[in-house]
Amino acid sequence: MSLKKLLTLIVCMAVMAIAVSCKKQNKETVKIGAIFAVTGGASFLGAPEAKTVQMLQDEINAAGGIDGKNIEVIIKDSAGKPENAISFAKQLIDENKVFAIIGPSTSGESMKIKSICDDAKVILVSCAAAESIVNPISKYVFKTPQKDSDAAQMILNLMKKKGITKIGVVSSNDGFGAEGKKQLEKLAPGAGVQILISEVYDKKATDLTGVLTKIKAKNVQAVVNWSIVPAQSIIAKNMKQLNMNVPLFQSHGFGNIKYVKEAGEAAEGIIFPCGRLLIVDELADSHPQKQVLAKYKKDYEGKYAEDASTFGGHAYDALMILVEAMKRGGSDKEKTRDALENLKGFAGTGGVFNYSPADHTGLDINGFELLTVRGGKFVKYEDK
Amino acid sequence: MNAKKYIPVAVLVGCIVLFQVASSLIGREFYLTQLTMAAYYSLVILGLTVLMGYTGQISLGHAAFFAIGGYTSAVLTTLDLSGAAGNPVVKAVAAAGLAAVSKDAYGAETLVLSPWAALVAAVVITAIVAFLIGIPILKLKGHYLAMATLGFGIIVYRIVLGASLFGEADGISDLPPFPIPGGLAVCGDPARRVENFYIAAVLVVAGVVLLINLVDSRVGRALRSIHGSEEAANAMGVDIARYKLLVFVLSAVFACVAGVFLTHFNGGIRPSEAETMKSVSYVAIVAVGGMANLWGALVMGVVLNYLSLRGYFGSYDEFVFGSILIGIMMFAPEGLLRMESLRGLAGLPARIKSMFGAKNEE
Amino acid sequence: MPFEQILQYIFSGITNGSIYAIVAIGFNIIYNTTGIINFAQGEFLMLGGMTAISLSAFMPLPVAILASVVITSFVGALIDFIFIRRLKKPTVLNMVIITIGLSILIRDIALHVWDEKVRSLPYFTGSEVTSINILGAYISPQVLWVLGVSGIIVALLGVFFRVTVTGRSMRACASNMTAARLCGINTRNMVTISFMLSAAIGALAGCVVSPITQTQYDCGTSLAIKGFTVAILGGLGNSTGAVIGGIVIGLLEAFSISIMPLAYKDAIAIAVLLLILFVRPSGLFGKKEAAGLKEF
Repeated sequence: MSLKKLLTLIVCMAVMAIAVSCKKQNKETVKIGAIFAVTGGASFLGAPEAKTVQMLQDEINAAGGIDGKNIEVIIKDSAGKPENAISFAKQLIDENKVFAIIGPSTSGESMKIKSICDDAKVILVSCAAAESIVNPISKYVFKTPQKDSDAAQMILNLMKKKGITKIGVVSSNDGFGAEGKKQLEKLAPGAGVQILISEVYDKKATDLTGVLTKIKAKNVQAVVNWSIVPAQSIIAKNMKQLNMNVPLFQSHGFGNIKYVKEAGEAAEGIIFPCGRLLIVDELADSHPQKQVLAKYKKDYEGKYAEDASTFGGHAYDALMILVEAMKRGGSDKEKTRDALENLKGFAGTGGVFNYSPADHTGLDINGFELLTVRGGKFVKYEDK
Repeated sequence: MNAKKYIPVAVLVGCIVLFQVASSLIGREFYLTQLTMAAYYSLVILGLTVLMGYTGQISLGHAAFFAIGGYTSAVLTTLDLSGAAGNPVVKAVAAAGLAAVSKDAYGAETLVLSPWAALVAAVVITAIVAFLIGIPILKLKGHYLAMATLGFGIIVYRIVLGASLFGEADGISDLPPFPIPGGLAVCGDPARRVENFYIAAVLVVAGVVLLINLVDSRVGRALRSIHGSEEAANAMGVDIARYKLLVFVLSAVFACVAGVFLTHFNGGIRPSEAETMKSVSYVAIVAVGGMANLWGALVMGVVLNYLSLRGYFGSYDEFVFGSILIGIMMFAPEGLLRMESLRGLAGLPARIKSMFGAKNEE
Repeated sequence: MPFEQILQYIFSGITNGSIYAIVAIGFNIIYNTTGIINFAQGEFLMLGGMTAISLSAFMPLPVAILASVVITSFVGALIDFIFIRRLKKPTVLNMVIITIGLSILIRDIALHVWDEKVRSLPYFTGSEVTSINILGAYISPQVLWVLGVSGIIVALLGVFFRVTVTGRSMRACASNMTAARLCGINTRNMVTISFMLSAAIGALAGCVVSPITQTQYDCGTSLAIKGFTVAILGGLGNSTGAVIGGIVIGLLEAFSISIMPLAYKDAIAIAVLLLILFVRPSGLFGKKEAAGLKEF
């Protein structure tokens, strides 16, 4: 029985796949490609990003689209694998002839398709954070997440204020962790902070008591963890279980309430920089981002019954910025690119964007707010 | 007759040209890109087929050799030697014409090893590693062999993931194109898609021809005797250990060459190419194509890799591979493209029925 | 190194080690009865943890864990019925590929049933921040649960195999399948039971370790690999060896952190595996002939 079902399932899937791929030949719309890691190891990035984009597509089209034309976002699931990203990028550009591409979700994938998009003169608005995506600058490549260096700087600034001079750093062995480690090591001396020990753990690590034992022995005054993996919760728990009572700083990868839930009580007091989406309720109504953030949070949570995260926000920014540029540049790729490159004062979820020919990130340290966890919720960090 | 065995090769060449012309005509030249990538992966699979099919050795870590080839070439063609220009070794290399001038990501000039020299280095290194690893590994049998190759694959993965020389998690990017005499180059430039397709095709055809000759030669017969029965082969005076090692190294070199060229085609390489899952998918395709069936492996390799790269299976990619693995092993252990298996599949409904009949009897 | 630090590493080592040992024992049970190495063993731990987490939403924790153990053992039985029983003359290669395929399949199904989010069971006693001080080392109470449950599993299995009829029948199958059949033992059923038992202890281990390591759809793979290493280190089929091997590997990994970059910790187990395979494939406690006996 189960075997027949299995075979039937496979046949059905094949039929579905064929049916789905037939649907894509609609010519009345403007096509925008999107490569997200909806499944796989980076799905906590790609899944909310894909959902956000789907939600926005419907919203934009319901409001009349761009100059009366509907947009069609073709989402490809790269599962976080760069080979797939490369393959899909080429497919979207050559076969689907998309106007522009948003995504991918991870820095590794973005780096691999950077030159493909640039050579093909197709605009790429990446949702990944690595600085190397926009440095060196490629004419057609932009990104929406804040700079890792700004995140690191924010943490170090606070440490300087609090008189913390000796720290331990742990990071995951993926691109995000590596970048954070690099930035911390680069900027720490400038803030008078000494990194006594810096260790890299496997992104699939499930127990960090070993490395924390090593760090505890060095008598550090604070620990910084830089990763986007579940280890963010594990490290909080392990620290408390090892009776380490020094402050724990995390990266902006911590910006998802599920990590707080996972870490339970151990999450209290963690400090990290983040986009303002998570504390939108604390913002004054006059804050330029308030309206955008409040609406996004409400719409996303209403539609998908799950917490909005800053990661989905990156995709929101990417699509909305692209659409704004397309409104100004019409259906001309070059004009749209120029419009994007000169976009100023655009309030997105990540901050207020100001692009320029020398800056394809658009955000500076003010895109970040320092947050902490109190009573199981994210709140703004107040210095006492 | 000697020429008869090349007829399938001629058919293959015909198909290749036909496909390229057709895709240009319908404006879908784009298919060529993914087919090129699939072709390189098939090169790995061809080598693996001979290893698994003819000598019966499982290798669950073959992606490691692909990675060794790709990473070696990547490192050597991007490592800037200009800082060490005074070093006598560097000077000798440059004098021998093995160096090249390239640009790094920021546009500054760098001195690197020429891609051809890097290719030779990659092949040599891979062969040495395969040789050294092969000697102890090939003494093992069955599950132990599987585990050892799995372990080897994981160690290589950990090394390329952990070492800063290999770019850690991000791997290495911005590789220079690989120049081929005649003004051609292996690179990802869409304008050069057609020539890259043919380069890959030439390599695959060359690989197939090489392996056909190998299988039909004295060496090949010795291999098949080993697969049939090791004791018998031993009794006939076949030096089993030597042949197993030979095939192991050869299949490693195939993977290495595929790695070098695909890395240049993609312009970069990442640790994910050395992952266990990749090795498993290679093994799966060999099994599906028919253990000792070069053509089966080639066809399946191209087809499955192509479909996977096109995202045809969507988020069910792994599910499909897993199901294929199980399905083939249960219903067509000789592989899908074998006559017996095809006949077997035709009898599938009857077999399923009898399975349930048998179940009731227990 | 101060004593407290050494003790801390020791605790870390034996905690991880006991989980590896349970996975290895799971392999051994199936291997002993069938000669198959079940590459999907790690998935039993994952399934056990995931099922318990889902069930704990509407039943008390102990009931949820019990239910998940039962359910997972049925999954084990199902695997045997659908896939293993159908094979007529499997070669090692076939078995390896099938169980790998199963592991991939189960992982992907788990991904679609439970999605990619990470979850964990609540701590059995205490919470995320409770910490017990033992002679200067600090551990979570859950660590004691892991050690306790593992110990009980090993002890109970020992009794099972020595005292009960089923257990002794399984040992008979392990020694010589044909002779066992001639004695009237239903070897087919013994195989099913071995799968169920492996799945059950895997599920229990998955539950007890879930609060510490968290459970995710793909957490089974790396556990399986470490489990193999331990199983081979202790001698394939030898469960006492598995326990000792587990502790050895666990301690090696823990202490390696103190002297080398953490990044290479996972390579240690593999390096040990390769060393064992090259030098003494029968492992620390296996007999040399045993290594050759279980071939197809």
